[in-house]
Amino acid sequence: MRARSLRVLGCVAAISLATAACGGVGDDTAGGDGSEVSFGGETTGGDGKAGGSDNEINVTGSMTTLGFSVEDEIAKARVAEVKQAYPDLDLKVTSGAFDEQQFLSAVAAGKPPSAVYLPRSELGTYAAKGALLPLDDCIEAQGIDMSLYRESAVSQVTYDGQIYGIPEFNSVRLVLANSNALQDAGLSPDDIDVSDWDGVMAASKQLYQTGGSGIQRIGFDPKIPEFFPLWVAAAGGELVSEDGQTAYLDSPEAVEALTYTVSLVDANGGWSDFKTFRDTWDFFGDNNQFVADQLGAFPMEDWYLDVLADVSPNAPVTAMPFKDREGNLLTYATGQAWSVPKGSNNPTAACAFAATMTSTDAWMAAAEASKADRKKSGGAYLGTWTANKEADERIFAEVYEPSGIESLDQAVKVLQSLQDSAIVDPPSPAAAEVKKAWEDAVLRALQGDQSPEEALQQAQKEATEAIADAQ
Amino acid sequence: MRPETRAAYGFLSPWVIGFLGLTLGPVIATFVMSFSDYDVLSSTQWVGAENYRDALDDPHAHAALKNTFFYTALYVPLSIGIALGLALLLQSAGRLKGVFRTVIYLPVVTPPVATGVLFLQLLNGQTGLINNVLGTFALPTPNWTTDPMWIKPGIVIMSLWSVGSVTLILFAALAEVPAHLREAALVDGAGAWRRFYHITLPMISPAIFFSVVVNTIASLQLFSEVYTMYFGATTTPPPEEALFYVVYLFEQAFRDFEMGYAAALSWLLFLIIMAITAVQLVVSRRLVHYRSD
Repeated sequence: MRARSLRVLGCVAAISLATAACGGVGDDTAGGDGSEVSFGGETTGGDGKAGGSDNEINVTGSMTTLGFSVEDEIAKARVAEVKQAYPDLDLKVTSGAFDEQQFLSAVAAGKPPSAVYLPRSELGTYAAKGALLPLDDCIEAQGIDMSLYRESAVSQVTYDGQIYGIPEFNSVRLVLANSNALQDAGLSPDDIDVSDWDGVMAASKQLYQTGGSGIQRIGFDPKIPEFFPLWVAAAGGELVSEDGQTAYLDSPEAVEALTYTVSLVDANGGWSDFKTFRDTWDFFGDNNQFVADQLGAFPMEDWYLDVLADVSPNAPVTAMPFKDREGNLLTYATGQAWSVPKGSNNPTAACAFAATMTSTDAWMAAAEASKADRKKSGGAYLGTWTANKEADERIFAEVYEPSGIESLDQAVKVLQSLQDSAIVDPPSPAAAEVKKAWEDAVLRALQGDQSPEEALQQAQKEATEAIADAQ
Repeated sequence: MRPETRAAYGFLSPWVIGFLGLTLGPVIATFVMSFSDYDVLSSTQWVGAENYRDALDDPHAHAALKNTFFYTALYVPLSIGIALGLALLLQSAGRLKGVFRTVIYLPVVTPPVATGVLFLQLLNGQTGLINNVLGTFALPTPNWTTDPMWIKPGIVIMSLWSVGSVTLILFAALAEVPAHLREAALVDGAGAWRRFYHITLPMISPAIFFSVVVNTIASLQLFSEVYTMYFGATTTPPPEEALFYVVYLFEQAFRDFEMGYAAALSWLLFLIIMAITAVQLVVSRRLVHYRSD
């Protein structure tokens, strides 16, 4: 019996070893050294115009990208601009979203992509880790005028005084309300003025409905945890300092914002029932929460207007700007950027590629292509929102035309009004950990596990430790 | 060497070659890595047993382990009990045995990610099928996916979806129980329960023991379904009740890039599995009956 037991135990040990062990071995031979990198400008070939430079830059050889897909007309048109500008460049776009594991493993193995397309909110972390090259020389070589880019976007790609990315798309948040629900409740859009927190609470209670199986309509969804930074900014605070080095997660403004937004959720049935009901929405379908009358109002990303335009263009939606408690316009912006990883095989091409992809001419071509595509498919074109101010101005002056659908056209006007009132997540060396700290805190408060003060105090401790560890 | 022995080595060789060629290297590497600080980009630094000490003091690791033990303690007995019940039903299914066997096993081949997505819908507290059925019988209809108290039981329900593999193992074991033993007991006046308890159960106890050991190990390593349900593409952070040990290990390795710490966590899990299996082996000496023929 003992021998059998030992044999079985031995087999179990082997199986467990095989399955419990995780991870692989890397090395620290990440190739490339930022100090030796050249972004071109000294040789000939290529027209270099797309990037705005008068220099003639030799953009040849091959380059690869990571995190970007050439699937829609906006991507296809801009890639076509690159190919037209640099016909001798052998460009390979590896389709797929940005994958942190794939990226860091490639950098560690010394075989990173030539250029990487990543969320601006995460850029500071990679810059702090030394995985990205500063692009100041690239900007100079390509003659990129950074003043054309939105300040909030540029601040997000600037770490420790150096620019590590060229901003690309820009997505902002606005408030979308259910016009029919407002009318039924005897309310007007003015009653959902988010600068008046008491007013929003009162309106939410009027809009909230329950029935036999539980909640039938949420009055006002504050969209926390994901939009918590917006509510903190509305209260006059910030979660992280501008340089990303100091967390203020337990500031009085953050506590006030969390207390208020949790009370909004509690007034709409409490977190468990609230989320259970929200999970039943046909969010991307033609019976979405506006059509099905399941929501009064919520703050939402601008891309959702395109979803509505596709699946239910006549949904009863009224768009309103988000505001701080003083009544000033306020929004929360996110987006992507093009960066050049440490060890890039062709930084000159990567830089030229980033400059061209984000240039005004490329965005104009993309907007025209997108408009034509929407027209072909019968959908409304609601504009193309970029971090390039000049491009946006020209797109809305020369390409965009009102769709004739009042609710969507009005929403576009709201979006235009919000573009220069954005807050962003600052470039932090521990962006993911800080975000996780405040997200978990919001969830603990929503679940009633901790008071908002206790939850944010714990988050502050976790975030402070994470930032210290990352430095 | 006898032909049987050669055949045995032949059948074993694919696994042995795979283990030596593909698994053993990473296993050794993780062991070395568990004594180091390694974040993929920076050079590796030797930190001795610090990662193991950190794991013992880490409240998230404690919570993840507690959740995993709770799940294992609930899932393993339930899955064996249900599988045994299904196997007994299958035995008396007559000509349709083959059809039912296939039907019961089909869920096992469903990809774990699809299972996770499917059960997010089935377990929805307001519109999910499971609560609709419970409501029909006037039973409580909890919010399985959002109420912290019901999240782990909900995950257990999801896991019972793939009870088919254990069912087939037990069904095969039941088929091996000699009919003459049951007939002798019947002649002696034993009822159905006594025949099952004193004859069938001891005869299939090795298969039950095997299933308990394998299911315990699998439960302690639960990952894909839970990760899909609560940690995938979602805008809401996962509740702590859904944080299972291997999910936490994965996040340490591939979200926070704390490779050394994650390696230490994996070795601690290995030791835990070994300890639990050793206890199961000791207990099995009293409960498992091996046929001597």
